Parts: sequence; C-alpha cells; structure tokens
Amino acid sequence: MPVESVFPQLEALLPHVQKPIQYVGGELNSTVKDWDECDVRWALMYPDAYEVGLPNQGVMILYEVLNEQEGVLAERTYSVWPDLEKLMRERGVPQFTVDAHRPVGAFDVLGVSFSTELGYTNLLTALDLSGIPLESKDRTVDHPIVMAGGHAAFNPEPIADFVDVAVIGDGEQAVLDVNAIIRAWKDEGRPGGRDELLLRLAKTGGVYVPRFYDVEYLRDGRISRVVPNRSGVPWRVSKHTVMDLDEWPYPKKPLVPLAETVHERMSVEIFRGCTRGCRFCQAGMITRPVRERSITGIGEMVDKGLKNTGFEEVGLLSLSSADHSEIGDIAKGLADRYEEDKVGLSLPSTRVDAFNIDLANELTRNGRRSGLTFAPEGGSERIRKVINKMVSEEDLIRTVATAYGNGWRQVKLYFMCGLPTETDEDVLQIGDMAVNVIAKGREVAQSNDIRCTVSIGGFVPKPHTPFQWAPQLSAEETDARLAKLRDKIRGDKKYGRSIGFRYHDGKPGIVEGLLSRGDRRVGAVIREVWDQGGRFDGWREYFSYDLWMDSAAKALPEYGVDVDWYTTRERSYEEVLPWDHLDSGLDKDWLWEDWQDALDETEVPDCRWDPCFDCGVCPQMGTDIQIGPTGKKLLPLSVVDSGASG
Amino acid sequence: MRTSVFVHVLSTKGGSSRACRPAPRREPLGKRQPEGPPPAPAVQRVRLRYTKRGRLRFTSHRDFQRAFERALRRAEVPMAYSAGFTPHPKVSYANAAPTGTGSEAEYLEIALVQRRDPGELRTLLDAYMPDGLDVVDAVEARGSDFTDRLEASEWELRLDDVTPQEAADATAAFLAADTVEVQRRTKKGVRTFDARAAVLSLTSAAAAPGDGPVRRADGPGTAACAILRLVVRHLTPAVRPDDVLSGLRAAAGLAPQVPATVTRLAQGPLDEESGTVTDPFAPDREAPGEPSGPAGTSIATAPGRTA
Repeated sequence: MPVESVFPQLEALLPHVQKPIQYVGGELNSTVKDWDECDVRWALMYPDAYEVGLPNQGVMILYEVLNEQEGVLAERTYSVWPDLEKLMRERGVPQFTVDAHRPVGAFDVLGVSFSTELGYTNLLTALDLSGIPLESKDRTVDHPIVMAGGHAAFNPEPIADFVDVAVIGDGEQAVLDVNAIIRAWKDEGRPGGRDELLLRLAKTGGVYVPRFYDVEYLRDGRISRVVPNRSGVPWRVSKHTVMDLDEWPYPKKPLVPLAETVHERMSVEIFRGCTRGCRFCQAGMITRPVRERSITGIGEMVDKGLKNTGFEEVGLLSLSSADHSEIGDIAKGLADRYEEDKVGLSLPSTRVDAFNIDLANELTRNGRRSGLTFAPEGGSERIRKVINKMVSEEDLIRTVATAYGNGWRQVKLYFMCGLPTETDEDVLQIGDMAVNVIAKGREVAQSNDIRCTVSIGGFVPKPHTPFQWAPQLSAEETDARLAKLRDKIRGDKKYGRSIGFRYHDGKPGIVEGLLSRGDRRVGAVIREVWDQGGRFDGWREYFSYDLWMDSAAKALPEYGVDVDWYTTRERSYEEVLPWDHLDSGLDKDWLWEDWQDALDETEVPDCRWDPCFDCGVCPQMGTDIQIGPTGKKLLPLSVVDSGASG
Repeated sequence: MRTSVFVHVLSTKGGSSRACRPAPRREPLGKRQPEGPPPAPAVQRVRLRYTKRGRLRFTSHRDFQRAFERALRRAEVPMAYSAGFTPHPKVSYANAAPTGTGSEAEYLEIALVQRRDPGELRTLLDAYMPDGLDVVDAVEARGSDFTDRLEASEWELRLDDVTPQEAADATAAFLAADTVEVQRRTKKGVRTFDARAAVLSLTSAAAAPGDGPVRRADGPGTAACAILRLVVRHLTPAVRPDDVLSGLRAAAGLAPQVPATVTRLAQGPLDEESGTVTDPFAPDREAPGEPSGPAGTSIATAPGRTA
C-alpha cells in the first residue's frame, strides 16, 4: 500500500504559521527510508513543540536504534502549534512525521515519550489529527499501536484509556524486543488481529497493556485491587534496564535541526541512574542502579558526535554529573583536547562542594564565567534531612566563596516549596541563606557587583518515590508561603537588591500532581480538558488552571473523588496505589521505611560509597551498580591539520 | 538599512585592547581575560553565493547562520575568529531573503587564517550543507565594496491560482500607476510607503507545472498558472516581493488564495540601460587585482582589534 507524503498540502499552509521551518524536517543526520522496503514502521513522538522535542535524547536514541535495523523505519513527529492545527483541520491535513511527511495513522506504532504529564492533552491532539480513535477500545487492526514511554509512563493510569501499551524503563533494548514481536505477528498475517498482538506483548511481562487489567475500587474511592483479566497476563509489569552503556553509544549521529531549539548542543549521557537518594526525586528512584559510561566511551562519543554535528558545545548529561567516578579526568581530558577548537563544555547537574568549582573552572578555562547553579533544594538544615539532600549551609557558603573568588559573578540556587513537613520557617530560611551567600560573596570578591538568584519550584509528590504517600501543599498555601519569603527578601535593605527571586505560583503544580498520582478516573478529566480546547499545558500562555478545575469538577463527582483527594490527601501504608502493579524494582516496604525516615529527619547514604541499604532494585531486576574508576585517561586526538598557525 | 549594509554578526564583546601575553588565571573579579595568544589573523577572504531551495526556503536567516557555521566546523575550514571569551567565526552576510522565499542568489563572505582555493572550498562546503542550502559559487574577495554592488534583485513570483490573463491585467495596472501605496506590519506598527518607484520591471507569463527555471520537486500546482518576473531596486525602505503583491492587490484587486511561491533569481549591480541585474562577483573575477587580505578590507583582522 503506497503511502504518500502530505508535504504538498502542508506546504500551502506553512506561509501562514509561525516558524514554518520546524515542520519541514531535513535535519542533519535524519533518516528517510523506503516505505515498502520496511515491514515494521515506527512514528516516534515527543508531545511538545518541535523546539522542545527535537533535542530530547530519548526520542533521538530510539530513532537511531530502530533505523539501524534492516527493514525497520522510524520517523519523528511533534506537536503542532494551535495556528497550524487550525489550518490542518480546515484543510484535512493529518498529523505528519517531519522526516518524510507521512501520515502518522499509516504507521505500525506511534511511540510517545512522556518526560512530563503535561503532554497528555497534546497526545490527544496528535491522535485526533492522525485519525486514530482517542480510546484504545475503539481502534482496529489498521490503527497504529499507541505506546507510552518516558518517566511519566511509570504511572500511565491517567492515560490508560488512550494508550494501548506502556513500556517503562530504558528503551534501547525494549523497542527492539517489541519490534520483533510486531514483525513476527505481521509475518504470520496478523493472526487474531490487534487483540492477539497486544496479548503477545503483554505476556512478555515487560509491556503493560492497560486494557488487560481491571481496576476495582473500594466504596471510599480508593483502589481495592488491580487484576489481570486474561490468562497469561502477568500481575506486575517490569521496567527495562540496559546494562553496559558502552554497548549503547547513542546517539551516534545526533540530529542537528535548522530551527532553533531549547538545547543547541551535543549531549553525551555519562551515566544513567542515581543513588543519592533524594526522596523527592522520581528520576533518581526509577533509574537505578547507577551505570557509568567509561571515560574512553565518553571520549569517543564526544569526538564522533562533534564531527557529525559541528556543534560548539558539549553537555555531559546525567542526574548528577559531578558524581561520575572519573569526572575530573573526563573534564580535564576534554578541556585539553578541545582547547584549540572553541568547543564549550557544560555540566548541567552539579552538586554543592568545592570540587565542583574546580570542575567548573576547568570547563570554562577560556570561557566566560557568568553563572553557577546549585540545588540545595531546601532552605533549612531540618528540611534537607527530610528530603535526604545532604548539604550543610557551611558546605554551601564555602562553595560559593570559592566560586566568587574564581571570577564567577552570579550564583543561582534552586529550591522547592511545599516539601513534606515543611513550615513557613523552613522556607523563610531560604532568604537567610541567600543573604549569607551575598555577604560572603561581597567579602571574597571585594565588590558589591555580585548576584545570587533564588529560584523556587513547587514540590509535586511523584509515584515510585518515598514521598508517593505525602500530602501535596495546596496552591493557596504555596503562594502564601512564597509571598512571605518574597517580602522578607525584598525587605532586606542591605542585601535584598543583590538577590533575584524567581518562583512559580502553586496552580500548575496542582494539575501536575493530579496527573502524576492520578488513576484511570483522571482520564475523564484529561478528555474533558482537551474537548474544551486544552493544549500545551507546559506553556504558561496556554495552561489554564480554571479549565482543569472546571473539568475535574465535571468529571470526578461520579466517582466520589475530587482534585484534593488526589493531591493534598496523605495516603496510608495499606492503600493500593494506582501504579503498584508497575514494577520499578523498588521494594514498596523500603520506600515506606524511607518515608518514615524522612518524617524522622533521618538521612540515608549513597550505596555507591556505603553498604547496600536494600532498596530492592538490583536483586529484583538482576542488575548491579556499574561504576569505575577504570584508571584510563583521555588521550589527545591524533593531530590532523589543526590550522592553528595562520 | 539592512538592504545595503553587510550585517556583521561577529561578537564585539571583550578583549578589545589586551596585550599579547597570557593573563594569569584566577584574577580578581571582572578582570579575567582569555588565556593564550590572540586569534590568528585572516589571510584571505572568500565570497560565496548560496541558495535557499524547495522546502528549505522556510529557513530563516538565523537558522541559516547556525547551519552554515556548523558546516564550517564539520568541514574543518580554517576560519578566522573574533577575540574574547566567546569567539565567533568571521562571517558576514549580505541582504538575506525573507523567511519563506526561495533564493538562487544569497551572498556571504568568510575570513580564513589559511589560504584555500575558492572552487575547492565551494565544493567542500556544499557537501556539508543540507540539500537546498547549496553553495553554488565562490570567489576570492577583492575590494571591500561588496554590499554596494547589490543594487537590485530579480524575483520570480509563482501564482498557482492566478491565470496568466489576470496576472497580465494586474501588472499593467500596477505599472501604469505613478505611485502604489502599500502597508506593511513592522515591529513599530503599520508602515505605509510607495511600492511602485523601486520596481524597474514587472512582467507576467504563463507556466505549466514545473516549467519554471527553479526546480520545485515538492511544490504544489498541477494547472497552468501565472509567473511574474520582477526587478526591484534596493532602496530605503526596501520594497520586497510581498510588497509588490500588496501593490497588485491595491492597484488591480489581484488577491491570490494560494500563497505565492517567491524566489530570488539574482541580485547584484544594475545595468541601467538594459534594466538587468548583473553578476556581483564580476569585479572579484577580474584578475589580477587588489589581493584580498587584512589591509583595506571591510573586516578588521589585525591583532588587537575586533570586527
């Protein structure tokens, strides 16, 4: 069946929309394969605007892994802005891939990567524009399998009606396994139709098919149990874990867009997972154990990536990049290697200690030293014990003193508001900390020309973390607490003017909280919001709190629950959580103990340097920590013709 | 005005008057300077002509800049860099066509720290640029008056839902007028100006699909349509093809429903007698002449100066 490009129809619309270049494709290192020579075809989506979605590493990696397979084709699609959506609806142009502008409805799989829950309404837009029925139960054998992945997929229940399957954990091997099952089923002439394919996937134990599970509720609205409704479907579905990152050096050829995007750099993931044990951090909990890429593997990826892209900045990504066992040698090795080539290096996630400043100095050897960012997360020593972020105020002051002394002009500090057990006093201490930072900075730099920016986000309790039982702070209380802090900082005559204060109001956090810890009943809210025109909820100019609350008020009463029930309500030990049947490897009893430790203000150390504390992941998943040091060093690249002398 | 001035995109920040010796590390606040020797001086300037074809006509000028500078890095072209903490390759762009319009005749100039054969450089860079953003001509720069040579542009406007007769009537009405006032929305509000005076010629013709001089493999259009040829003088304010289309609507009520496909065919010196646009590289091709180099050029390259 030939599948035609929709570009001719699309092209006529492009002169009328903002930034048309985002829809034309043609990125460097993108791939267009012959449709008829492939038997399994994937459309990969990041459910946000192109400028946000293109740099997403997850999509980029799976795109390359799949396209490397013989007979497999993967193309990308992103959310279209409302201006184009309107024109596409008027002219009947379907959701398209940017690679070959093929209609998404013609693919075998639509794989959607959810980094955040705020992309759920955009999923519905894409399904609708693709001509795919919004609900799984209405789809036929001719519609793509709609698959969710990404961190938000660790609780896919709110979108359980809209997706056919969810896969949790690392995607590299998982997509190949799913691909093999789809290929075999197609080769056999699609026996048993869509149902049979979903059943084959579910039976692996690594693919969650929501429709094969029934959720039963108690009279008070809580879940009583989640039961498989087919024989052969497992009670729990496991996450996927890739071991030995050196065997997966993706992306090898990162996509380089023509359009401007949020990250204009070549990214190399230097390790995956984190065992620091910050109790609020879902990423750190669900990506265990720590698996390092070797220093030589990193060096090779940077070298090839730069040659393949021409980027002038390299980002060394992970959840806490300074924790790589050989980060010092990596930073020095790369800085030495690219000193002549005007390649910038950045380390996006860093911790608070003086070693970090040495690293930052190394990375900016010849660059501008504008701003350093640290994340103490909590304003008081007490709350930092609650969240297990082991940073003392003395550490922080010593670190910023070193930073200002080394020519850094601005320090940014990230905090959260609304953490469990938090009081006004805990948050007001953020102000004291900022004042101490400025005071020390002025002393060290012998100048008043220094700044400290305090940036605060609202805490949202997440599934598969020790705080999954915690009550979320209401939007009103969040706003009141932040207002007190703002007044305190603004009121400081001596230091207030050197302190920047950035915060978000509490409302978006409540919607995120509803979606994060929601169950299948929340799907009706998402549907109602989308029906009423809700789109791009991650964007301030499109997000509407009132729309979400009105829709929840319409959709939830029939179940006897409301938004507060999902957000500000504390859960008990016995409660069946909507995501309990999705196995992240973390032992639920360990999570509960860690939650109790949090309430007792007891810290838990990192298993990389201390003995195992039985979170359960390694034995459950058959995995183990993989860290160095390897003792190897980065050698200079063989000198070609550097062109250094002119 | 942008239409007649090279837009320098070089950084002018930092390092404007420093000595050649390396600055010590960890100096007090605000006094850090990049270490090491100053950037190598430029020894050659090369002018390139490039295109924006097919779907890549939706590339904005900023998009093109990023793509081109990344291609320079991948191709390992020995670029001259500006000084300072954030060195930029020395590239000057001239008079870019608006986003959404195709072009066969865009121009830029690069400064090199090692000499290269312009023809080989063109082939190399073309291979590293995406299809559609093609590098089609290169010359070694002579003289610094390049932007002054860009006196006029020739445009093709393809009107897919306009018949040749409608187009002919509209252009006749437009040309018959002394002035044709049009409006354009700018950042400062709506601006009204005359679109007629800058127009040196405007002709219409019929074209079968795919008949034009510009290959449009992915373009729409299956029926006979009208093609306009427009030669416009670069004035202030600049009159662009969409202004002329506004003028055709104002003067003759021509209002296509399908957006016009616009392509710049040429820009360069204007031959006043024939009213045609000629090759702006002609003076560079005349050998031997003033060699390009650091002296007497539009781009400052001597140590201790920034462009």
